[in-house]
Formats: sequence, structure tokens, C-alpha cells
Amino acid sequence: MTQLRPDLALIAAHVAKGTRVLDVGCGDGTLLEALRDERGCDARGMEIDATNVAACVAKGLSVIQGDAGADLAFYPDQSFDYAILSETLQTMMRPDLVLEELLRIGKHAFVSFPNFAHWRVRLSLLFGGKMPVTRLLPVAWYETPNIHHLTIDDFKELVRARGIKVEQAWFLSGDSQIGAGAANLRAEHAIFVLGR
Amino acid sequence: MAASPIITASEVLDLAEPLLLDSGQSLVGVRIAYEVYGTLSPARDNAVLICHATSGDQHVASPHPITGKPGWWDRMVGPTKPIDTDRFYVICANVLGGCMGSTGPSSPAADGQPYAMRFPVITIRDMVRAQVALLGALGIEKLYAVVGGSMGGMQGLSLAANWPHIAERVLAIGATATMPAQNIAFQEVGRQAIMADPDWQHGSYYNTGKTPAAGLGVARMAAHITYLSESSLTEKFGRRLQNRDAKTFGFDADFQIESYLRHQGLTFSERFDANSYLYITRAMSYFDLAEDHGGRLAEAFADTKARFCVVSFDSDWLYPTELSRTLAHALNAAGAPVSFVELSAPFGHDSFLLEVPELDRVVAGFLGQ
Repeated sequence: MTQLRPDLALIAAHVAKGTRVLDVGCGDGTLLEALRDERGCDARGMEIDATNVAACVAKGLSVIQGDAGADLAFYPDQSFDYAILSETLQTMMRPDLVLEELLRIGKHAFVSFPNFAHWRVRLSLLFGGKMPVTRLLPVAWYETPNIHHLTIDDFKELVRARGIKVEQAWFLSGDSQIGAGAANLRAEHAIFVLGR
Repeated sequence: MAASPIITASEVLDLAEPLLLDSGQSLVGVRIAYEVYGTLSPARDNAVLICHATSGDQHVASPHPITGKPGWWDRMVGPTKPIDTDRFYVICANVLGGCMGSTGPSSPAADGQPYAMRFPVITIRDMVRAQVALLGALGIEKLYAVVGGSMGGMQGLSLAANWPHIAERVLAIGATATMPAQNIAFQEVGRQAIMADPDWQHGSYYNTGKTPAAGLGVARMAAHITYLSESSLTEKFGRRLQNRDAKTFGFDADFQIESYLRHQGLTFSERFDANSYLYITRAMSYFDLAEDHGGRLAEAFADTKARFCVVSFDSDWLYPTELSRTLAHALNAAGAPVSFVELSAPFGHDSFLLEVPELDRVVAGFLGQ
């Protein structure tokens, strides 16, 4: 069993056993496999890349090739206990609508994203005057899939405006968890559990 | 690696009971020709049913008795291949309505004469009825998997929808749950080509020394184009001329593509019965799993416990990805565990029969778990 990425490990640890889970943008199925094998979940996925889907099928996972921006509409209301969107929100054409879809399909939603207001990003922009290229944002602006960079405060503002409840939140710096104090400045990464 | 010799056996089963058909008619004395590969486990839990496509037959991994060519899915089925006959007991039967040993329009009716057009119109579900009867006779209650491409995939879907307790896994490649108008249109062109051939003789050509080979050949030519892709035709043939340096200003097969299609038509007529082609394409045109459920496809799969894998190819314009996606979403809405993937391959609809390594990986992976 490969070591899960820290945000995925946190999510896996907080998904209740035996629940129904949809991982949107599930990649090669690492998290789904952990949820199935270690948490006994009925874990399903959606993934845009065919090679990744083939890798998931080879692991015996149930994964639909599709685009979260369009294909989530086909899932019935409240058909999952959790919908997960890890490291994907910032790549969506309309992140706000995707959040609504996640909470229509899932009773709860896990959403994780890189925080564009981390102090290293801020310094890079302040002194470099160019779009930051950092450990979590390693790709230059013209080829990054991240078309909607956001900060932790941006995210909180959006969910508040949409009447979405934050049930829990974790913040990561490096690979370690840090407190919520000044998270918008100190956290490289945020993971939220949302509900209605 | 040297593959061990394949264990194969061609068998014939005569059904003791009449087959009650969707049309309301019943067919007595049904014969099913089939092949098996591998060994059935003592627990009888390793059976994989492969369903063939329109022009296929039971010779999935053994040489065709007429053409001598390798089985139509030889690259997929065999020892250590993605559908591994060292592990699975593989069954493949000629469909009802076919012409390779199973009862069809060329088979003798009660009066000893070929049915010809007296053969009842059958459906995909009727074909599956025959498959289910075969499984019963073989003492197989559960299938580890049912696998098929094109019309074979449709049989797998029909099995899952109508006999939801039999298959534990369903792999449908380049298939659809509802036959769209464009495909019905091409199927009709094929049938009209056959029926326009004077040698067809309203189907009663069997003892006349003539067969509607020209009509069937044209049907095959038209269908064959739909199985390929524009880019594969361009790459394989382009505008190249056939064994000549200049156009002949006549109607010979000047172009390689013309010669190729004529050859396809000709060889198909030598191995396939024209009336079977009529009945099989009719069954496909009628295929709509949503029909019995007020158009709600998801409800067709309400009772199935099977896992599904739905595969399409980006160059397949006959059964385009959208059909597979619709199917996958319906299965999802039904709560069935389903995977769906659109693979990239240049060969159009025929991609499922050809060299597509990613397909091998998906098939082996889906069956491996």
C-alpha cells in the first residue's frame, strides 16, 4: 500500500466506515482504493483522463470517465454520503457550481485545494512580480491546469455566500497539520468538510 | 512466451423445450452451436460468456472452419491472454438466427425445408434466451462475466437487464442500450441491398442453386465502411490505385479501397447466409432496453447486482461514445457499480477487434478483480 498524500490521508481518516463515497477527479484511484480496502466504503470515482480510468478499472474500482463540470449532473440527489473533490476545485470552469453539485449529490463534501494566499506565494508575487511557481503550484501560468486560483478566505467567503456550512477544516503546511490561526497566511493547503 | 495449446471443443445442443420469443411465436427444436475453452471449476464459478457481434460466430479463439482464419477474438481469448482460458471457462455460442450451426433461417423447419422467411423475427433478448438455455444445459447458474463488443455487448446488457441474477460482471464494448436512428438506417440499407438482389427470391433461394451473394456483398461493403474510420481508410488506402498506374475510365475497381471492399463483400457472401443477415440486423434495429420501462433506462437495471464496465472508442462513429456515456450514467443512476472509459484508437468501431493495448489492460483488469 503506497503512502497516501497528506490531504488524502486526512480525508480517508474522516470518512465513516461503510459509507458511499464519490471521488470527483479520482486520478489513478489511490484514495478510492484506500477507502474501499481500509474503510469498507462503496467508493466510486469520476476522472477525466482515460489512462487514469483504465488504471482504476484494473484495480477493480468503479470509475466513470467524465468531466466534473458537466457530468455530475447525471448523479441523483443525495446518492452518496460523501462527495470528495481533492486538489481539483481550482481547475474547474465554475468552482461555485461544482460545489453546489457536490452537496446536491453528497450529504457531505470534502474539498481540498492549495492556498494562493500562503506567505510564500505572496512573497513570490510581491518580490518576483510574476505568477508564483512553488512546491504546491509547480507549473508555469500558461500551462497550469489551475485556472481559478483561490485563497482560504476566498473559499470561506464563497461558502458563506452560498449558505453552505463548514463542518470541519484542516490546514497543512509542508505535510504537517497546523492550527486555524492565520491559516490564510500560514497554510499551503486547506481541507474543508462541507454540509447543508 | 510460448502459450500452451488451447483446449477447445465444438459442441451442439438441441433444446428440449421450445423457445418462446418476444414476437409471441415459439420456436421448437432449437439447436445451439457453441465452443468452450478452458476448464469449468468444480465450484462452477469461472464461466465467462462471450457474445459475438453481427457477423461473428462461436469461433472466438479457434480457426474459422470456412475461411481458416484465426478466431475473431484470438488476440483477446486464450491462455495468459486478457480473457485467460487458464483461469476462465469461456463459452461462445452462435446466436439464434445465425448460420454457423445455431437455428436460423437456413435451418430446416418442421417440414424439412429451410425456414427462409418463415423464420420468426427475433430480438436481441431472444438471442439471449438461447444463451440462457445453453447455460442451463451446461449446469451454469452464475456467470463470472458476460463479455461482448457491438451486438455482443447488447446481449450482455440484455442479460443483465432481463436475467439480473446470472452475470456477476458485464463488459460492454462499443455497444448501446438503445439502437439509434443512424444505425437503424444503415441496417435497413443492408437489408434492402439483399432484398433487391433477384437471386434473393423472397428468401427462398436455398435449393435454387443461386444465392443473393451480390446483395449480401453490397450490404457487407456498406456496413464495413461504418465499422472503420475516415482516418483509418485514408491511412490504409488513400487514393492509391489497385495494381495499375492510371485510372481506367471505366467501372473496374480502380482504387484500392474499392478492391478491398469488393473483396470484403465477396468473402463475406461465401461464409454468411443472407437471410441470417436480415434477421440479425432486424433484431438489432429493434433493440431498446429502455422501451419496457417508459424510456427510463436506469429502471431496466434496477434488479441487477452485477458490476459493469462500459468501453467506447473515440474514433467509433457508428456507436459513438455518447451512447456508452448515456448507458454508464443510467447504470450509475440505478446504483450499479459501473466503470466507463473512452479509449483512444484509430480503427473506428472495429477497434474492439484490433490491436488496442489499452483495451487489453481494461479487459484483464476488469476480469481480474
